[in-house]
Amino acid sequence: MTTAAINNSFLRSKAGIWLRKNLFSNWVNTFITLLSLYFIWEVGSFFLNWAIFDADFLVNFRGEEILDRTYCSKNIEPGLHGACWAIIDARFYQFMYGFYPAEEVWRVNLTFFLLPISLVGIFFDKIPYRKFFIYFTFLFPFIAYYLLYGGPTLSQVGTNKWGGLLVTLFLGVTGIGLAFPLSILLALGRRSQMPIISSMCVIFIEFIRGVPLITLLFTANVMLPLFLPDGISPDNLLRALVAVTLFQSAYMAEAIRGGLQAIPRGQVEAARAMGLSYWQSTRKIILPQALRISIPPIVNTSIGLFKDTSLVLIIGLFDLLGIGRAALADMSWIKLYYEVYVFVSLVFFIFCFAMSRYSLYLEKKLKTDNSK
Amino acid sequence: MTSNPLRKLLFDEKIRSIWIQALIVGLFAFLVYTVSQTTAYNLEKRGIGTGFEFLQMSAGYDISFSLIDFTSKDTHLRAYFVGVLNTLLVSVTGIFLATILGFLVGVIRLSSNWLFRNIAYVYVEFTRNVPVLLQIILWYSILIHLPKVKQAVQFLEYFYLTNRGLYSPSPIFLEGFRFVAWSFVIAIIFTSFLKKYLKKKQNITGNQYPIFYINSAIIIFTPILIFYIMGMPMEFSHPVIKGFNFQGGMVLRPEFMGMLLGLSIYTAAFISETVRSGIMAVSKGQREASQALGLKSNFIMRLIIIPQALRVIIPPLTSQYLNLTKNSSLGIAIGYSDLVHGFGGISLNQTGKAIEIMLIVMVTYLIMSLTISLLMNIYNRTVQFKGNA
Repeated sequence: MTTAAINNSFLRSKAGIWLRKNLFSNWVNTFITLLSLYFIWEVGSFFLNWAIFDADFLVNFRGEEILDRTYCSKNIEPGLHGACWAIIDARFYQFMYGFYPAEEVWRVNLTFFLLPISLVGIFFDKIPYRKFFIYFTFLFPFIAYYLLYGGPTLSQVGTNKWGGLLVTLFLGVTGIGLAFPLSILLALGRRSQMPIISSMCVIFIEFIRGVPLITLLFTANVMLPLFLPDGISPDNLLRALVAVTLFQSAYMAEAIRGGLQAIPRGQVEAARAMGLSYWQSTRKIILPQALRISIPPIVNTSIGLFKDTSLVLIIGLFDLLGIGRAALADMSWIKLYYEVYVFVSLVFFIFCFAMSRYSLYLEKKLKTDNSK
Repeated sequence: MTSNPLRKLLFDEKIRSIWIQALIVGLFAFLVYTVSQTTAYNLEKRGIGTGFEFLQMSAGYDISFSLIDFTSKDTHLRAYFVGVLNTLLVSVTGIFLATILGFLVGVIRLSSNWLFRNIAYVYVEFTRNVPVLLQIILWYSILIHLPKVKQAVQFLEYFYLTNRGLYSPSPIFLEGFRFVAWSFVIAIIFTSFLKKYLKKKQNITGNQYPIFYINSAIIIFTPILIFYIMGMPMEFSHPVIKGFNFQGGMVLRPEFMGMLLGLSIYTAAFISETVRSGIMAVSKGQREASQALGLKSNFIMRLIIIPQALRVIIPPLTSQYLNLTKNSSLGIAIGYSDLVHGFGGISLNQTGKAIEIMLIVMVTYLIMSLTISLLMNIYNRTVQFKGNA
């Protein structure tokens, strides 16, 4: 067989056709492909060498266990440049739980375990016994509060001991959960026929959306104690939660308003003609349809909020990023900032990417459902 | 039955809405009253007065990076203006860079080359799903761990990259340079009239003129010509190492560059998505019809696709610009002296006037947001579909 024949049979195969169409359709395309390959090779090999092949995990190149930064290969041999992941291992507990007492940490683990179960009922509508999952969703905040903060039979763990992923998830999930009912009221209020109510909602929403979250966090941090009477002084985490909730409710309200606007007027009019009151028609006819449409944008604002919880480090809370910075301030691990930041980025990426995939899945599902 | 006034009070929608609103206004007023009472009490107890007199007091701290002169003897009001200018500086340059990068990546995402468009996809997913604060901090730590001044990375002969920033030559304008500047302005005004005239002529005669090339040439070459006629009235001050630091030239500080890189790379990922969806929103028939008319491919892009895509792109683009401006407040994390860091942070700590300062900061951001919205709405009106006539 001549080489030409081999080439032809390859070019006519499925892979060959795909390659020709997508990568080598003309000489400009071929040039771009080669350039891209070179770029991927350069960046990929640099990153993989740093992160995996040249990196220390728990032992350095001499086989010693890494106890602090002086044991990292790159600090012993100037020629070595790999990452030193031991810092993540050494600080893993703090990254997950902050300063939560070690003997009580099963409570956090249990909460982390129950959290996905409580969300299943909301995220997927075709699971068996969905009703019980939804009941559990409403029960979960009380269980989580009892487990994390303590109460009868469980010792109290102050929020100043919380940190890391625990704080990030707490602010994200609680903020979104509390903002949801508030945002429905705001969205309905904004579309209300009553001028005073609708203008109050408009002012609130536009004000919150017009200022940066950090100013709200500052305000909550500095001013909440001033606004409240003596003796009531919410702790720092609660102050941040208030700011985060108000912030998220304004953005979510706009997402829900979009859904409300997409409902044809005929639906409202038909409901009112049937003799349903405003609240009856809203609850039974309008909201179920509007919320279904607005879930993808709600998820998108939630991704935004989840990322924005990292801002609380500026007011002195130790979220995932805050714990990372604290680890870098420790003399025995100083200067390993790329390791820490890459790790924290990865954790954020996993959560946010999963949420964005879910939102895409929903959008596709909505499209097919509506075209039936 | 319906005339029963009591029933009417409950069931007539108009009347009901009046008392519901009255109730809410009453509740709100009560809330505001109690909160302000407690606040006044709390402030008095802590010995903090209210009022804006503190703005005229001396700030007592230095600002490392300022566009206008500032010393610790200057007032808090001046510190406020320094902050506003720094916020505007990083926002405007960030918006500029993010727009260019975002459009570029958005177009690459639509490339027919599988590998090329997936590189852009990976970039978008990785930057979109990581907090912008983390990215800013990451860029900043890369920048401040560059080589020291003594081992500065030199490139393009006069540029130095060090852990204290990027040093570059700075222009010194000599006598006569203002003629060059004025000729530039005049060239722009002249070309806008020329464009109108040539368009008009094209509409009458049907002859096409390379308006873009003509105008570009006028705008570029007129100032250069004047520059040489005036005898090149500009010199450069080059950075030179003296002792432990550079002398002369100008410097981009790592705080500023970190903010700029973090903000623009993050926002560009979002902009690229709006650009991509905008271009995809133009129906396929439009491209096919223009191909059938025999238009060249760059004309199809410029005259058919982009004008229609812009209608879809501008509204979400506006909200990305707003996000970037609001995110510029994160400068506090790396010590960039923006509004929140200097005035909202240090001035607040020194004077204790939390309410007044946060009010001023928030209102300033609201004004910036409204201004951007207003400008973009005006621009949006010019690209929208005009009538059906």
